Amino acid sequence: MKAPLSQIAHTRSGDKGDTVNIGVIAYHPEDYPVLLREVTPDRVKAHFGDLVKGEVIRYELPNLLALNFLLHEALGGGGTLSLRIDAQGKTFGAALLRMEIELDR
Amino acid sequence: MIRIANGQGFWGDWLEAPVRLIEQGPIDYLALDYLAEITMSIVQKQKQADPNLGYARDFPPLIGRIADRIRERRVKVVANAGGVNPIACAREVRSLAPHLKVAVVLGDDLFHSLDSLLGKGHSLSNMETGQPLAAIRDRILSANAYIGAFPLAEALSRGADVVIAGRCTDTALTLAPMIHAFRWRPDQWNLLAAGTIAGHIIECGAQCTGGNCQAGWQSIPDMANIGYPIVEAEPDGSFHVTKHPGTGGRVNTGVVKEQLLYELGDPRNYITPDCVADFTSIRISDAGPDRVRVHGIQGGPRPPSLKVSISYSWGYKAIGSLVYSWPDALEKARAADRIVRRRLDQLDLRFDEIHTEFLGVNACHGPAAPPSPDPPEVQLRIGVRGMERKAVDRFTRELVPLVLNGPPTATGFGDGRPPVREVVAYWPALLPREEVATRVEVIE
Repeated sequence: MKAPLSQIAHTRSGDKGDTVNIGVIAYHPEDYPVLLREVTPDRVKAHFGDLVKGEVIRYELPNLLALNFLLHEALGGGGTLSLRIDAQGKTFGAALLRMEIELDR
Repeated sequence: MIRIANGQGFWGDWLEAPVRLIEQGPIDYLALDYLAEITMSIVQKQKQADPNLGYARDFPPLIGRIADRIRERRVKVVANAGGVNPIACAREVRSLAPHLKVAVVLGDDLFHSLDSLLGKGHSLSNMETGQPLAAIRDRILSANAYIGAFPLAEALSRGADVVIAGRCTDTALTLAPMIHAFRWRPDQWNLLAAGTIAGHIIECGAQCTGGNCQAGWQSIPDMANIGYPIVEAEPDGSFHVTKHPGTGGRVNTGVVKEQLLYELGDPRNYITPDCVADFTSIRISDAGPDRVRVHGIQGGPRPPSLKVSISYSWGYKAIGSLVYSWPDALEKARAADRIVRRRLDQLDLRFDEIHTEFLGVNACHGPAAPPSPDPPEVQLRIGVRGMERKAVDRFTRELVPLVLNGPPTATGFGDGRPPVREVVAYWPALLPREEVATRVEVIE
């Protein structure tokens, strides 16, 4: 069954220079394997298209049922240089919740 | 057990938060975080204009306002409000609260020692690009090493009611009271990592008590009276995160996890001047209403170098906007964008970047946003960035004319032309920690 990521996870995003980080947290332990399988760096990169110019890296935090993504070159130069309305990547986490994933149930 | 509260997540955070923290329940330490990277360049400029300035100016009046409570309740305040002039900040605090003992932590400010450091062979090259500092030497506005918690703990041990630091890490404000109260040593990495992670959780104020929280945000109670966070720390490194009873907001594992992941890089290597914390070792559980228990944290040895944050003048930017209404709002905004770009081109103006966004369509989420067929209104937002002030200034005059000489229904021009802003950029570098000598001074 296809569903948006928002069905099983919540997120928060922030910035470090020109890099956005997105924390993705499963609401329930049984959905953590779904996160691991579905929310891959390649799919995250594709989801954001030309908004993210650089590499996408994923870290796993199974203790928090969470993934941490780093999206490089994603803020038009970052912090003060950026001309973007969301120069600090505050809304990237919400954008990721739109991603369609395949659920087990 | 000691209670450490955070009442300020950045300079500009809610003025009532620290006052309520000290009035609405028991706390032992009040941590206040004022310094973002951009703040350092702002305070450096203020100091150049007036040698008595260069610190977070909201801080002394706050201490004046809560001075009696600080004394009655024996609360210690730990803040990085000093900016590039902690001594001036401390003097102002003393003038408003003469009965408080104030200590400053010095040594992070490297602005006047850059040439001697370069002369000693430290390249201070950009950590991200590898460029040598010489590329921007004449444009530097500020240079500060991120210092850790131990000098702040020393200031507490000298009996200060108020500790004022400059560019210490945000987490140090929370870790320092633990080092002081529990006599943690510099090689107790697990304990230092625990205090660091406690600091990470509360350093953004209400972001760990329900602010900016996505999980069930509609049901978070009484956000108008949101309670700011309190860490109840134990000598063994375990702690609870909570807030005063009766305040708004929410503290549960979902909320705290969001904050744990905020601005996180490699979770196994959260590098600070005091230790390297491992976020994959965190054990977290709900422990009652608005109460989260955290334990099991592990860490590793501190790094041999400190991070230095250098700010420098890059150039100028300006961002302006117009609103177009239905029908064809997006089409009109796109046409207006093409007209502006054509006119800039005809003026032969050159920019490092021209960036256009359509607010209400896809400005935040880009390609991830679904298409909106014919929105009621769209805000056209155009920004330029360039080295020459003149070109950027000329751009700011190209938007408002469109109200009369471009596509129909342009509105939202009430503020006139947008301001030209100076762009300050950052230069992160590393420096061996031996080169940074911190010291504590009590200001009588």
